[in-house]
Amino acid sequence: MSTDSKELLLEITNLQIEGFSDEQWHQIVKGVDLTLHRGEVLGLIGESGAGKSTIGIAAMGYAKPGCRIHGGSIRFDGMELTTASDEEKRKLRGSRIAYVAQSAAASFNPAHTLIDQFSETVVEHGINSREKAYEDAKELYRKIRMPNPDDIGFRYPHQVSGGQLQRAMTAMALSCRPDLIIFDEPTTALDVTTQIEVLMTIRDIVEQFNTAAIYITHDLAVVAQMADHIKVLRYGETVEDADTRTMLSDPEEDYTKSLWAVRSFRKEVEAPAPEPTPILRVESVTASYTRSLNPVLIDVDFEIHRGHTTAVVGESGSGKSTTARVITGLLPPQKGAVFFDGAPLPPDYRKRSKDQLRQVQMIYQMADTAVNPRHKIRDIVGRPLSFYLDMQGEEKEKRLRDLMEMIEMDPDLFLDRFPSELSGGQKQRICIAKALAAEPAFIICDEVTSALDQLVAEGILRLLDRLQQELNLAYMFITHDLATVKAIADEVIVMLEGKVVEQGSKTDIFAPPHHEYTELLLSSVPEMDPDWMDRVIEEREQKGGMIAAGN
Amino acid sequence: MTEHPEPVQSADAAPPPQRRDEGRLSVCWRELRKAPLSAKLGVIIIFTYIFVAIFAPWIAPYGEAEIVGDQFEEWSETFLLGTDNLGRDMLTRIIYGARNTVGIALLTTFLAFFLGGLFGLLAAAVGGWVDQILSRIVDVLMAIPVLIFAMLLLTIFGTSVINMIIIIGVLDSTRVFRLTRAVSLNVVVMDFIESARLRGEGLGWITIREILPNITPPLAAEFGLRFCFVFLTISALSFLGLGIQPPTADWGSMVRDTADLITFDDYTPLVPAMAIAVLTVGVNFVVDWFLHKSSGLKDEH
Amino acid sequence: MNDIVRMLLQRLSLGVLTLFVVSLIIFLGVSLLPGDAAQALLGQSATEDTVNALRKEMGLDKPPHIRYLHWLGGILQGDFGVSIGNKREISELIGGRFANTLFLALYAAFIAVPLALVLGILAALYRNTWYDRTVNVTTLSSISTPEFFVAYILILFFSVKWGWFPSLANVTLDTPFLERVYKTFLPAVTLTLVVVAHMMRMTRAAIINLLASPYIEMAALKGMTRRRIITHHALPNAWAPIINVIVLNLAYLIVGVVVVEVVFVYPGLGQLLVDSVQRRDLPVVQACCLIFAATFILLNLIADILSILTNPRLLHPK
Repeated sequence: MSTDSKELLLEITNLQIEGFSDEQWHQIVKGVDLTLHRGEVLGLIGESGAGKSTIGIAAMGYAKPGCRIHGGSIRFDGMELTTASDEEKRKLRGSRIAYVAQSAAASFNPAHTLIDQFSETVVEHGINSREKAYEDAKELYRKIRMPNPDDIGFRYPHQVSGGQLQRAMTAMALSCRPDLIIFDEPTTALDVTTQIEVLMTIRDIVEQFNTAAIYITHDLAVVAQMADHIKVLRYGETVEDADTRTMLSDPEEDYTKSLWAVRSFRKEVEAPAPEPTPILRVESVTASYTRSLNPVLIDVDFEIHRGHTTAVVGESGSGKSTTARVITGLLPPQKGAVFFDGAPLPPDYRKRSKDQLRQVQMIYQMADTAVNPRHKIRDIVGRPLSFYLDMQGEEKEKRLRDLMEMIEMDPDLFLDRFPSELSGGQKQRICIAKALAAEPAFIICDEVTSALDQLVAEGILRLLDRLQQELNLAYMFITHDLATVKAIADEVIVMLEGKVVEQGSKTDIFAPPHHEYTELLLSSVPEMDPDWMDRVIEEREQKGGMIAAGN
Repeated sequence: MTEHPEPVQSADAAPPPQRRDEGRLSVCWRELRKAPLSAKLGVIIIFTYIFVAIFAPWIAPYGEAEIVGDQFEEWSETFLLGTDNLGRDMLTRIIYGARNTVGIALLTTFLAFFLGGLFGLLAAAVGGWVDQILSRIVDVLMAIPVLIFAMLLLTIFGTSVINMIIIIGVLDSTRVFRLTRAVSLNVVVMDFIESARLRGEGLGWITIREILPNITPPLAAEFGLRFCFVFLTISALSFLGLGIQPPTADWGSMVRDTADLITFDDYTPLVPAMAIAVLTVGVNFVVDWFLHKSSGLKDEH
Repeated sequence: MNDIVRMLLQRLSLGVLTLFVVSLIIFLGVSLLPGDAAQALLGQSATEDTVNALRKEMGLDKPPHIRYLHWLGGILQGDFGVSIGNKREISELIGGRFANTLFLALYAAFIAVPLALVLGILAALYRNTWYDRTVNVTTLSSISTPEFFVAYILILFFSVKWGWFPSLANVTLDTPFLERVYKTFLPAVTLTLVVVAHMMRMTRAAIINLLASPYIEMAALKGMTRRRIITHHALPNAWAPIINVIVLNLAYLIVGVVVVEVVFVYPGLGQLLVDSVQRRDLPVVQACCLIFAATFILLNLIADILSILTNPRLLHPK
């Protein structure tokens, strides 16, 4: 990560890209400039629709199907890519500019081994023989600390785990020792503990081979670790452009500041003292899906109190969503029981009374699929009113309008719209209103903010927090994102492989000493501090080779 | 906490609300004007056939089964398309054929959709053993080609129009079942269905209010395709002499009755065959356009 | 290889089971009828005694499940029973005709498969060009056309007007191969025209689907030539869909053959089936249906097995 070799590698000026939708061309990228020197890493950051991926891939002279580069200039090492022939561009791709995609699982060809796909680039570009490429691949696999570096390359993509696949793709990008690598959200689909390994690999490689890189992400903390420079994009335009430390400590534009401020939200009011009977109690629940021998939940035990938010944290496969299924009655447990306000709930939701169903509501991760696209907002929010509370006519209409006010949406404007006419954040608000309409005591929030951009997500968190205080609601907040936990939780439950490994109040959990896994989880969450990753690597190396663990 | 909902809402901009001040008809009309030539042609064809079918007795020069001339008369001013093997006017029978052939095919398609749609929805919404049993039955029924199976059943139950409608309707409902079940399953896995179940909604609400509105576009397209298939199958059966029976005017049997003329360089048998082909082509054009529009992701540009 | 063997066995046993159930349906359907084969064979005038005697001889007095096993056992040994119409052994009637039908279907497939694959892949590669659009409209039209329409148009031009090919495909057992090919040219072309459109559209859709995969884009971004992307990245993954398309359409050919055989008066199984249905000669109908259904099921089975065998994810298990 040095910028002392000042040789200009890539210069993009006034780049304009159009995309085709609704039977006409729309501008996606509206005149962006960008310069990159040899060995330099540039972070492109922005929310969805900012055009960051489109710009990144345009640096290879490539436009996705349905897009076209429409104006401006892209000069790579003195060569103008907008006017270059297809053959000239083809020779560049893979050999001098390489690409690492977000989903390695989909981007590796299922019909060939990893090492064949590695050496293909080398052989086809006439750089080296297949045998030499094989040797080099093994060498690189060893360097990035893949398990069994001599053999793993001979596996097919579906035989290797997601994190390893992403690292293998990074190695593949390096096969021709390119001058520039484009990383397009390479860790977005991964769990945090896997993400840090991939990040380390990428940084190792960039440093060792002095490769320039464009790192595209929506995650500020990640880009802070990776980039020398950061460029903030929005609606296909540059908002701000500065070196990483300046950008983090002293952003100039309001938009950048608001992005930076997102992670500062903290629940302000202390939760009330717990009442003697918890609103919900999960008592030594063991559960498994049919015919699977291994239980997905083992002896899970916890309580949730009125007015409290209990965050359930864990990585994919930890059983946090299964816990929610047991509570709602979708998955009756093999052992144990769920108690609501002291009374046991029937294990199967079909056996529960209307009132029991009403008391436990759920808000989903994907607001898109949680509301029926063919129903109007009025019907979506109104159904629980008439179904549970027998409201009709004027009374129902009044309540509907109240609910819309509660979620800060104008009833006159929105009640008669269809979900497709709302934004992602607005849809999630509708889901909240739908849950509130049932007048529940307890709401399960399943990753409710993970599909949203950070600013919007924060709005949702604030809303949930306010509603909790007004209505004394209990939340069970399922999330993989520790920043969200810090923002909203009163209590935290950490889960791993179907078991609760640690639980307690937020302050207890976040203060040492931790359980070993909590420690790993906490230390893997990137922080905004650019020195964070170096520190973690150092700490872990002292503790002894946790990084090499692999999957 | 009484601040504005989201400090910077911009990244979360909602799509503009749709125009609501116009009726369905005018939306259709606007869409149709943008449609490709083939789709316009298809719509014109379909409407022509509907018109002819409804007003057949007024348009046709003679009666449906009326013997008005000699056998196999040539095309002339009195008999625009000549006469058939019994001396009935070909044009008249072509016109009535629109009623009979298309009407019977439509009835059969409706039957297939009623059965297939009902059981398909049920299989998807209930799942479990209900789904297993229904799906296995359908697997077996689909293991025999429709035309062959239909011939077996027609031999057993006898060749009558009612039998044919029931037999083809039931056999073809297996295809509708498969499609309905598949598209419903895509909807059933959505969170809003789980949410409705957890609310305590019954089977009726879930299938009719939650699932059905979401699967109408693919089912509508499938209706067109199934109609074509049923129509062609019935025509084939009639052509083989096993479908619609005389004296009912029907295009498939008309081809059969006049087939020998072709060896005398006479185009007459091609006319009813063409009547069949043109309608199916028209329907297919419209369905193709509809599929293209409603999926929107068939091809990117 | 455990997974793949298990899947193959599963699929095979499912196929056998389906065949069994289908044979049961065909058998039971016929026993629903009032009267029986003995009555039908002897006609209305026969006395009760003679009918009973024949019934005994044919085993019709036994309970249905015994009769079914008897019937199935006979078929497995190539004995389909006796025709009611002309009292001949059905296996005799069927033998040569089934070969004729297979000949015609294979003949058509021989022209149709390469043609459809080439045209379909071209349409996928050059999609949204004028070529693709023309192909789309043409194939849509030809899918919608009844077989007999195509057949009579071909007869009108190639046989009546120009006199190049015969309009009757009257082959016998000892027609030499080349003459056979010449005489069955028009029926084969009819079948080809009907099936090519289907096959081509399916090929096009499968290839387009494949080309939209992220790994194809990745190959382009690795600077691979278009040629290599097609041969090395698309093709190894295209076998399953392509094989599927071919086999499904062969199955379709088997059915389409019925109408075409009637139009060209070709002595095949389809013609026999149609005749027998008209005469309500049940044992023959039963036998023909069983053969058609078995061929159909077998082809589908082959399609499934081949697509399992060409799936890289299954070939290289974890």
